[in-house]
Amino acid sequence: MSSETQKILTTDGIPLEVSLKKVERRNKFKAFLLVAPLLLFLLIVYISPIIGMLFNSVDDRMVTNALPKTFIAMEKWDGKDLPSEEVFEAFYIDFQKLIEEERDGKLSTQLNYEKNGFKSIIKKLRRKSKSFEEGNYKEQIMAVHERWANVEYWRAIKRRAPAYSYSKYLKGVDMYQNESGRFVQVEEDRRIYKKLWVRTLKIAFYVTLFCFLMAYPIAHLLATLPLKYSNLLMICVLLPFWTSLLVRTASWMILLQQQGVINDFLVWIGLVADDKRLVMMYNETGTYIAMTQILLPFMVLPLYSVMKTISPSLVRAGKSLGGTPFITFWKVYFPLTIPGIGAGSLLVFILAIGYYITPELVGGASGTLISNQIAYHMKYTLDWSFASAMGLMLLTGVLAVYWVYNKLVGIDNIKLG
Amino acid sequence: MTSLKSFVKFDKVDKSYDGKILVVKDLNLDINEGEFITMLGPSGSGKTTCLMMLAGFETPTNGEIYLDSKPISRIPPHKRGIGMVFQNYALFPHLTVYENLAFPLKVRKFSKDEIDKKVDKALATVSLSGFEKRMPNQLSGGQQQRVAVARSLVFDPQLVLMDEPLGALDKNLRESMQYEIKHIHENIGVTVVYVTHDQSEALTMSSRIAVFNDGKVQQLSSPDKLYEEPVNSFVAEFIGENNTFTGEVIDISAGKCKVKLASGAEIISNPIRVKSKGEKTKVSLRPERAIIDPDEKMENKHKGKIEEIIYHGDHARVRLNLLGNKEFILKIPNSSARMDIKQGNEISVGWKSHDARALDAKSI
Repeated sequence: MSSETQKILTTDGIPLEVSLKKVERRNKFKAFLLVAPLLLFLLIVYISPIIGMLFNSVDDRMVTNALPKTFIAMEKWDGKDLPSEEVFEAFYIDFQKLIEEERDGKLSTQLNYEKNGFKSIIKKLRRKSKSFEEGNYKEQIMAVHERWANVEYWRAIKRRAPAYSYSKYLKGVDMYQNESGRFVQVEEDRRIYKKLWVRTLKIAFYVTLFCFLMAYPIAHLLATLPLKYSNLLMICVLLPFWTSLLVRTASWMILLQQQGVINDFLVWIGLVADDKRLVMMYNETGTYIAMTQILLPFMVLPLYSVMKTISPSLVRAGKSLGGTPFITFWKVYFPLTIPGIGAGSLLVFILAIGYYITPELVGGASGTLISNQIAYHMKYTLDWSFASAMGLMLLTGVLAVYWVYNKLVGIDNIKLG
Repeated sequence: MTSLKSFVKFDKVDKSYDGKILVVKDLNLDINEGEFITMLGPSGSGKTTCLMMLAGFETPTNGEIYLDSKPISRIPPHKRGIGMVFQNYALFPHLTVYENLAFPLKVRKFSKDEIDKKVDKALATVSLSGFEKRMPNQLSGGQQQRVAVARSLVFDPQLVLMDEPLGALDKNLRESMQYEIKHIHENIGVTVVYVTHDQSEALTMSSRIAVFNDGKVQQLSSPDKLYEEPVNSFVAEFIGENNTFTGEVIDISAGKCKVKLASGAEIISNPIRVKSKGEKTKVSLRPERAIIDPDEKMENKHKGKIEEIIYHGDHARVRLNLLGNKEFILKIPNSSARMDIKQGNEISVGWKSHDARALDAKSI
């Protein structure tokens, strides 16, 4: 019997291989149908916003479309001295069209992002341009306001010529591309984002560290206590999950404020003088305390689920072989909990790096994070493309952390439960 | 088994976990140096608790345990220097075989050369040389077991405890491992305390067996004595197969007693735990001590109807209805070509009075 040369047939004469593939294809299709709703959901609410954000962050067509003639005329301009009459004329024509379509306000907002001071001179130009005479637009426009005669402002307009630009990303790290195309840092006193990124990373790191230090003993206790006690403790750990984040943050405000419970207590026991109450809120301290408490369960749960699987006989074995309690912990127990530490740390770090509501409420000026700045640009300056750019930078940062973790520990070493 | 002093001594040890129930009651046990002692008993009989007290993971509620004449109740486990093999091997999963074996040596601050030498030797003992770099999960169950044994021996402890070490292995592997552990014990001469609930394992391996039930040692003796001469009905029923007749002593004299059964029949037996007339008793008889077609001189001779024949390969078990006991088992070797052994037939069965042991009437 040479089964290699002869194809095996099923009873109805179809080759077995074909028949098997058919059955498997049907099963695969069924499986796909089962996950399809989730896939679709993810595509709609997760992937597409990210793509939209990416597009938004580099999309600069608003200004490009607003001043088409100007930018064509500017192509010949070297950017050293004031542009020629040709450019001024094109700008005047474009601007008149914008006034007709009432789009000049948007232009002024956009140009103002690029350089402060545009808003008022565009308003003034709009008023004065009604009485412009034909010809010699350069003189007339320059006469409206002295800034129109400043080459810096014309350079700023030219910088917005490309339909797509990565200037928002540069802005996110306190840099911009100057006239000669070099990347330069903004003036010392206007650098805010770099500081904010560093602070975000620092706070996320320390919150992760504090969470780890506090969660490890709790998780160990949870994993080793008899069931009836560990259940109670588990409820205590999970209780914060059942309370609204806002309520928890608000309760921290009650505790931490200068006339708050903690300060009252410290004054009462005489540890702190009444006129020197501790400032624990509206600064970094408040952010640390509140975020550590709020993110603690995310560290406890992965640690617990990993510790639960470590057989107590391993620790016993370590001791019976002569290891002191410390050596047994360090050489046997601790290495086995690393997957849980990795999972918990990654989870807490990623959550902390993008945390918004708690720093917003208790952080004050020195305790806010990058996400607060993103929200600020979404809500107040309405510079959505900048907010998108920073959001994507944050996402890239998170992916980078993930990548580093994968290189160091290995992602298959992660255990959530 | 005569020795001047015992190596391990349990002295009036009580243990209770909840303050209400004693899991170990007034335990006295002496283990000699170089012995292979097995603690055998059903689950919940206190045998594992005893082992854990010896290892130092539980403390006696009352009484004292002596190791080499020194009380050890207050010594933490890592200072006792007792090797231990756990039920699920308890190999450190993140360490290689070599590192697992080197662990007890490293904490004892041996030099690198000594560690290498000792690990090599220990692995050779369990015939696993060349497996140093493997991780525990790359080994089969039997190999993991052998690594666990090697690890418990590598630091040359005087005493090794084994807590149902073969429980997770399949039958064939378990049997070969039994011999292997036995040989290792014989070659090294280390004292072993072994816990199991598998009686055949206990009978194969031990120099002495302590049968546990209800927190107490029911009998402590060598395997053959335990099987041939159980001192009470628990031991008789727990070790090996057993035919029992419940009845009352009606006559006792000259090392023999007459027991009247519920069915009215009388059997002559060997009074072990009965002393006087009128006592309730359980008579225990090993299946292989009952003979088909006994000769006339046999003191006990009865007829029984064959209820069932169970084929076991090398032998067959015949279940008889004998003297009101429907569970009377008879073992017949496969070679006997008896044509009349068929279901429904009546056969004649007999046994010596010496083999029928009249024990206490307590049931398990």
